[in-house]
Order: sequence, then C-alpha cells, then structure tokens
Amino acid sequence: MINPTEYLPRTYQARVSTYWWLKRWAYLKFILREASSVFVAWFVVVTLLQVRAIASGPAAYAASQEWLRSPFILALNVVSFLFVLFHAITWFNLAPKAMAVRVGGKRLPNLAISGPQYIAWAVISAGVAWILLRG
Amino acid sequence: MANRITLEVTRYNPAHDEKPRFESYEVPLRKEWVILDALNYVKDHLDGSLSFRWSCRMGVCGSCGMTVNGVPKLTCATFLTDYAPGPVRVEPMRNFPVLRDLVVDTSDFLVKLGKSKPWIIRKVEKPLDEEYFQTPEQLDEYKQFSMCINCMLCYAACPVYGLDPLFSGPAAIALAQRYNLDSRDEGASERMDILSQHDGIWGCTFVGECTKVCPKHVDPAGAIQQYKLTATMEWLKALVLPRGTGGE
Repeated sequence: MINPTEYLPRTYQARVSTYWWLKRWAYLKFILREASSVFVAWFVVVTLLQVRAIASGPAAYAASQEWLRSPFILALNVVSFLFVLFHAITWFNLAPKAMAVRVGGKRLPNLAISGPQYIAWAVISAGVAWILLRG
Repeated sequence: MANRITLEVTRYNPAHDEKPRFESYEVPLRKEWVILDALNYVKDHLDGSLSFRWSCRMGVCGSCGMTVNGVPKLTCATFLTDYAPGPVRVEPMRNFPVLRDLVVDTSDFLVKLGKSKPWIIRKVEKPLDEEYFQTPEQLDEYKQFSMCINCMLCYAACPVYGLDPLFSGPAAIALAQRYNLDSRDEGASERMDILSQHDGIWGCTFVGECTKVCPKHVDPAGAIQQYKLTATMEWLKALVLPRGTGGE
C-alpha cells in the first residue's frame, strides 16, 4: 500500500507527556476512578482480616478492633471510603452507557438503568446499618 | 466588550522549523464570528501563509477540527465571544502528526476506518430492483452512530490513542457498531473478528472524553462499551455452546 505521506518533507509528532492526566480535570477524574479500585481491594482485605480475627477467637478479634482504631488505619479507611463512594457513583453513572436496553422499540432513559442500582445500594446499605446498629 | 481579541496560533513549516511555535494575531471580536472566521481573517488580511483545513463551515464536513484552548473543537461551531477577552490558543488536533501549521495527517484514521468495514455487508445481495425495507424503530437502533462526520475530534481527545497509536479508536468502532446494528447488515461477525482484538474495543479504558467532545452527539464511548458487552456475550455463548453458534 502506498504511504500517502511518503514524499512529504516531514511531520511533527508531539510526544504525549507522562503527566497528560494532569492537563485536564476530566483526565484526572478518570485516573482517580481507575485508582479507586486499589481502595476497593483494600476494603476487601480489611473485611477478610476481620473474618479471620472472628474465626480465631475473642482475643484476636479485640486485637483487630484495636488495630482498626489506630490513627493511621482510621485515616486510611476514611480516604478509602471516599474513594469507594467515588467508585460506586461513577460506576452507576457509567452503566447506562454500556447497556442500551430497548423496550417497545425505544431505548430506556439513563435513569431507568442507574436508578435501580442506586435504590439497591440504598436498600442494602440500610439493611447492613440495621444489622450493625440495632444493638 | 473590547472589539479585538488575540489569537495564538500554532505555526509549523516542515521545511525550516524543528518544532511548532506560536504566533499571535489580533483579530476583530465580532458576536457572530466563530474561530474559523477569525482564522480566515488572518489568512485574508494578516498572513496569507497560514494553513488550515475547512470546507462547509456549518458542522457537516468535519474538516475544521482543531484544539481551542486545549479542547478539541470544530472551529466552525466555536464562537470567539465565548473566549473573550482572550487570548485564544488555536493548535492542531492532538495525537496526529502535524503536516503544516494547523493541518494534520489523518491517514492513520482513514486506514483504521476502512478496517472496521463501515458499509452494509450482505451474504447475498438482492437484485437491484428490490428494496431493503426498514422500520423507523430499526432505523432508531443505529441512527445516533450514523451521525458521525469523521471529524476525528474523538481521536484528538482520546488519551489511549495518544499513548497507543495501534488502538482502533472511537469513531472507527462507533461506525462499525452503526452497521452492526443496521437490520439490513449481515457483517457483524466479520467486524467482530477485527474489533474484538486487543487493539480494538479492549484497548478502550472508558475515559469517556470522545463522547464529550463529539459535535454530533454520536457517543462513541457508549458504542464501544456496548460492543464490549456484545463481544463478551458472544465469547460466553461460544464457551457454553462450542458448536452451533456460527457467530450470527
């Protein structure tokens, strides 16, 4: 195949900067969204450690509670919680893009896809809060 | 409102410039002027050597895509007054090699567009005097993706394409999807072979900027994610039913 630019003098191709994601807020938001998965994984690890502590008896569980109260872990978990919130909200908002559901020949509005996810999230969170806080 | 505004325009002459530089031009700031009018004013009155592409000046031909203050824009649909008091920085589209000033080499996109087979594929063509009927609902399935004008702003906005030039890119995949969803088309499996590769849909990390900059509301990011869903379902079907899927 003939390269259409073969006989032109030369072109200038700018290199993409390593810090391209700092150039626009939308790009930074994308990188934060990707990075949030690390914090999701961290919460999974914390949950597994707690399950292990419960299985190992009351002393181990008390030690794990003490560990969770340490300022560093508390701060890390607050940051992780914010990232997990960001992860969940951006996920729910992007889901309608990937799911083009048609009913009666018309595409469902975005809210019909993301709405039920938000409702399920609220109901499950309320259920968990009820189990934890009822005494 | 001041009646003049400064344009900072990329200049690059491959014959003697190592790399692009900026040149400033003062142009009248008129309410009804778009960036393209200002560039034409520069060419007509200030510097006839300024090179840029344009044709229809009404958002149909997709020729005048440039980077305006860092954002990919059709310059025929971007008003000068939105950038007052200025200065306004006009650069060539990102992620493409610059040929001269604001003109970029788009051959890479054209090759990729061809590979995604953006035309109706039939196993057996109907005779010329027979029509292919389509209901308004069937038209509605793909109409949004058919609005693409090949302006390549989505490629300029896509960091994946900037970092990995092998990536098929937003418009080529959206246009493949446009034909996949067309009730008259029978070429979905041919396109799937090309686009379900690593450099096809799976290269996309869903930054979503292609959709935001699209002047025709095509939503290429949506097309790619929907295609990923279809490809996954096809893969699952082939896994569960190794025989008898046939891809159609």
